[in-house]
Amino acid sequence: MSAAAPTIALVGNPNCGKTALFNALTGSRQKVANYPGVTVEKKVGHLMTPAGRSLQIVDLPGTYSLRARSPDEEITRDAVLGRLGGDVTPDLIVCVADASNLRLALRLALELKRVGRPVMLSLNMMDIARKRGIEIDAARLARELGVPVVSSVAVRRGGTDELLREIDNAVASLAAAGVSSWKAPDAGELRGGQREADRLLDAAVRRGGERDVTTARADAVLLHPVAGIVILLAILFVMFQAVFAWARPAMDAIAAGFTWLGALVGSAPLPDLLKSFLKDGLIAGVGSVIVFLPQIVILFFFILVLEDLGYMARAAFLMDRIMGGAGLHGRAFIPLLSSFACAIPGIMSTRVIDDRRDRLTTILVAPLMTCSARIPVYTLIIGAFIPDRDVWGFVGLQGLVMFGLYAAGIAGALGVSFVLKRLIWRHSVGEPFMLELPDYKIPQAKSLAIGLWTRATIFLKRAGTTILSMMVLIWVLASFPQPPEGATEPAISYSLAAMIGSAIQPITEPLGFNWQINVALIPGMAAREVAVGALGTIYAIDGGEGAAEKIGQIVAGQWSLGTALALLAWYVFAPQCASTLAVIRRETGSWKWMWVTFFYMLALAYVAALATYQIARALGAG
Amino acid sequence: MGFRGRIRALAVERAGTGLPGPELERRLIELGFVEGAEVELLHQGLFGGDPIAVRVAHATIALRRREAMAILVSDEAPV
Repeated sequence: MSAAAPTIALVGNPNCGKTALFNALTGSRQKVANYPGVTVEKKVGHLMTPAGRSLQIVDLPGTYSLRARSPDEEITRDAVLGRLGGDVTPDLIVCVADASNLRLALRLALELKRVGRPVMLSLNMMDIARKRGIEIDAARLARELGVPVVSSVAVRRGGTDELLREIDNAVASLAAAGVSSWKAPDAGELRGGQREADRLLDAAVRRGGERDVTTARADAVLLHPVAGIVILLAILFVMFQAVFAWARPAMDAIAAGFTWLGALVGSAPLPDLLKSFLKDGLIAGVGSVIVFLPQIVILFFFILVLEDLGYMARAAFLMDRIMGGAGLHGRAFIPLLSSFACAIPGIMSTRVIDDRRDRLTTILVAPLMTCSARIPVYTLIIGAFIPDRDVWGFVGLQGLVMFGLYAAGIAGALGVSFVLKRLIWRHSVGEPFMLELPDYKIPQAKSLAIGLWTRATIFLKRAGTTILSMMVLIWVLASFPQPPEGATEPAISYSLAAMIGSAIQPITEPLGFNWQINVALIPGMAAREVAVGALGTIYAIDGGEGAAEKIGQIVAGQWSLGTALALLAWYVFAPQCASTLAVIRRETGSWKWMWVTFFYMLALAYVAALATYQIARALGAG
Repeated sequence: MGFRGRIRALAVERAGTGLPGPELERRLIELGFVEGAEVELLHQGLFGGDPIAVRVAHATIALRRREAMAILVSDEAPV
């Protein structure tokens, strides 16, 4: 036991307000990292007690039992049992319970008692419980349960005073860890535990009304079989409007900032190569990723609000059947939806899915959702090749093609998850959909701010490390070797990228791709939309106003319709984004799944482009 | 909808789930489905009335019908 800074672990059911309590106790003195080898978030913070003790506090993933069923719950179990070692072995376990929903928490508390470490029960959200007419005899509960019981209100100033005092008392007389008598309980033991919990509940708690009136009224509408789905779609519509519209000014400002920075470097008295590295490699590369930060922040703002509100579990409930048909879990809905903005936050938000296989399936198919970086490429090609006329009198043909590309992405994702579920993982156990629908709660600004800050820093850290190194690699490919003296072609034509472009020509020939397209695809790995700029470089078009239109005119003259359509088909499926691959590696904790994603998407893209080009050629558009 | 009753027994062999019976039984108990607990059907989904949301004691739990098949309920009026 470290005498210097004893560790307190917060353990509790999902939705018990544990994280709000953690935020209230630690404020900004917390850091989020990953447990080694897994992608479960490790939240550690520091706090100073009234008696002046410095304590370390760990927020463990929510669970109903130490009998772990998901990677998150395994962390909770191992931390509580002291199997993780290091800074997370708790000297004191604080079992956090939602005071208005004590039944399952009491059973967990009974289980925690068997671990052999000091346990304390904190009745959280006491204000809500009181308002609902629930009276808890804390002294009686403490006597019957045999552990100290305190009440807390995480969201109110002074709401944690009693808890802190009791923690001080407990830490003052910390005994060495006793012998753990915990073992995974069987059904009989669980049943016994729940019976005992029910007895405690009868003895110490007097309940007022049956259900929370607000929640009951809201659910009558929000979980209505028809109205509920309509409202969910309306919420999503607003969310996407916000992600695209609200983010626009901030994204423009960031892009302008990086362009300005690039121009500044461009005019600096530096060697050309260094200048190119700073401008085209570093600044353009990092800029093309950071430009998505506003979208990510807005998206996570909505996700966090809906989650804190208690609506996310309802969304999963409403979508479970629809997603289930394709072998996806109801909770995969929001991550996949987020991927329409950008696959990176989508993949990051798959953490809400408990089951590892369900989560992996979602991560693997998320990049097939049409992200906003595909839009510039789609717009360019559609503008250049698809005539701007109406079909059936009222539908624009260009819009229809755009819609078709989105639909192809969705169909691809559903198809892949279906195949994964039915063919690859068919021997594995189908994870049942079972989750608690918590009472609605008003989100707290502080928790929201901390959550957004955490997401933004995780994203920026990645942009600064993995993604940056990918960008530099791609710049090297596009810049070396340098063009010879008196070169007439654009510099990229002499580079490794051009050599690779020509080398893979035989492979992409059946797709109708020329070497210029092959070359553009390589910097397009940095970020999909970069391919548009790269085409401009290759066809030697100066940047600036109207550059995209000029590129459109040139490709319209040089490519066949078949080639253009094949490139669109390619872009629907191809793993054309190094950042997404880097995030998949991070989130799955393995290179294997990153490569699986890369190759399956590559295969799909090749087949789709091949079929498109060959069919187009057969129809005379080659 | 609105159906109320009291849990009589857990019969996991009746559930059409991929989980082994004992595992399903433990998960149901962990979510509060024990013999004697009062249950009420609150909501059901659009397609085939699946999944369902059930009030059990003082919590609301969502689950699919195929797992819910394991929960045998007697429709005696709650006391």
